[in-house]
Amino acid sequence: MKNFAYVQAISAADAVRKVQTTQNAQFIAGGTNLVDRLKVFLDTPAQVVDISHLEGKAIESIPNGGIRIGALATNTAVADHPRIRQDYPLLSRAILAGASQQIRNIATVGGNLLQRTRCPYYYDTAFACNKRQPGTGCPAIQGINRMHAILGASDRCIAVHPSDMCVALAALNAIVEVEGASGKRQIPFNDFHRLPENTPDRDTNLQPGELITAVILPPLPFAKTGVYLKLRDRASYTFALVSVATAIDVRANRIHAVRLALGGVAHKPWRSLQAEAFLNGKLATPETFQQAAAIALQGAKPLTHNAFKVDMAKQAIQRALTISAQGGGVV
Amino acid sequence: MPSDSRKSLGTSRRRFLGQALTAAGTAIVAPKVLDPNSAIAAQPPSANRHSPLQGETPVTLTINGQTHRVNIEPRVTLLDALRERLNLTGTKKGCDHGQCGACTVLVDGDRIYSCLTLAIMQEGRSITTIEGLATGAQLHPVQAAFIENDGFQCGYCTPGQICAAIALLDEVKRGCASAVTVDLPQPPESQTLSEAEIKERLSGNLCRCSAYNGIVAAIQQALGQTPPSPAAMILVQEVAG
Repeated sequence: MKNFAYVQAISAADAVRKVQTTQNAQFIAGGTNLVDRLKVFLDTPAQVVDISHLEGKAIESIPNGGIRIGALATNTAVADHPRIRQDYPLLSRAILAGASQQIRNIATVGGNLLQRTRCPYYYDTAFACNKRQPGTGCPAIQGINRMHAILGASDRCIAVHPSDMCVALAALNAIVEVEGASGKRQIPFNDFHRLPENTPDRDTNLQPGELITAVILPPLPFAKTGVYLKLRDRASYTFALVSVATAIDVRANRIHAVRLALGGVAHKPWRSLQAEAFLNGKLATPETFQQAAAIALQGAKPLTHNAFKVDMAKQAIQRALTISAQGGGVV
Repeated sequence: MPSDSRKSLGTSRRRFLGQALTAAGTAIVAPKVLDPNSAIAAQPPSANRHSPLQGETPVTLTINGQTHRVNIEPRVTLLDALRERLNLTGTKKGCDHGQCGACTVLVDGDRIYSCLTLAIMQEGRSITTIEGLATGAQLHPVQAAFIENDGFQCGYCTPGQICAAIALLDEVKRGCASAVTVDLPQPPESQTLSEAEIKERLSGNLCRCSAYNGIVAAIQQALGQTPPSPAAMILVQEVAG
């Protein structure tokens, strides 16, 4: 690890100012991803600005019936929050499906949104990588790409976003609250992360020095039917091959509203608005779910080693929708 | 080899073995290692951290109820501070990337990977390592349960497994859920926590000897459940006829 200076911020505004006025400075909160990246020289900041002592851990109900989650709330605090367990179980289940208790205890919500891909070519500085060093190339495209993207990739980058929590937040249409030098703004979740296109070095639409201060869950009564289905190479503590977050409002066997997002398939949490639009108003039958799954995977471009993900995603969508239509629960 | 060198080696090995066996949960008590960096009357934490610190800085850590003051760079992880500066080598370095769990310690009672946090960020918090669990010669009940249920072979992952298991028990008491919890608002209690729940909740700790059956049995015992007889006991009974 390259050495760096360390400083604690005294407020969110102070943290923003410190990062913006110092060359090559980065925020640190839980640090579970950043410290790991520091060790392999993926990140070499001159200064880290510690925000972990700041206020911003609260998880509070807001007047419209939603919940505001402070960006410094730990993954564990969110997963175990009584209202989130009750009203947004897919968020609890997505968080609990990710990482391990040790990581969830210290990793923050804001940090979860900003964790970077675990593409092995990105992680190994002996390889070229357009995400690490724009313009150097992407060896994963011709390499071992079993874990990589089947949707929304570009010829510059085929990495996938690693988060489970973010797949649920995409399905819940969460809002990301950020603070920068020019004030505060809110970013709809679907606009927060980016597809790789020609700039895979940019994972998000945050401006330099902007700090995530909260994630807001809008009210969504049928989120109680939420399901998070994660498929992976071992039973626990590894990243998804494919994951599905869904919630569905079925009345008299007719779909009134639905949310559907996929993980492990793209550079960002992949909400399938087309499949949602198809499902709205249809009868909740296995055939409908099968057609929706096909629509969600339309345009999938499998690579040498990950064609299995297409069928896996379709099956996972059908299963998640079926269980969600039955009221949700553990998958 | 000159005899004084052998003597030195012997002392070193004894000290190492003492620590390793304590880590593995036996009743042997490691000699207390005096840390040259620690001051008896340590300065209070929360020194001014609001101006950038570069290079070695005095950092005050509270570990197993004792205050330690070390001069470390901001980049030093809690794991390296424990092992390399404070001689608290019971906490193990396995992968050093948050993938194996060998470095698990408790911070304010919660389990974390000490390899993924900077020591300077843990000032003012109460850190508990494997060395802080026993009371004199009296082992922590989870340490005893690991011994009684063959919860290890080589012992390298054991300090992390035991710290994680102690936190697991506390999480169950506090009503924390896991990925396999059926009823999220009402997670199972100690008496009804299933084997599947124990395995999921301990999945952040790997054991390359694959002593998992013994580890699960140890946790079942610590939960107040009746663990199955160790496989070794069954074999002994079968041979004895």
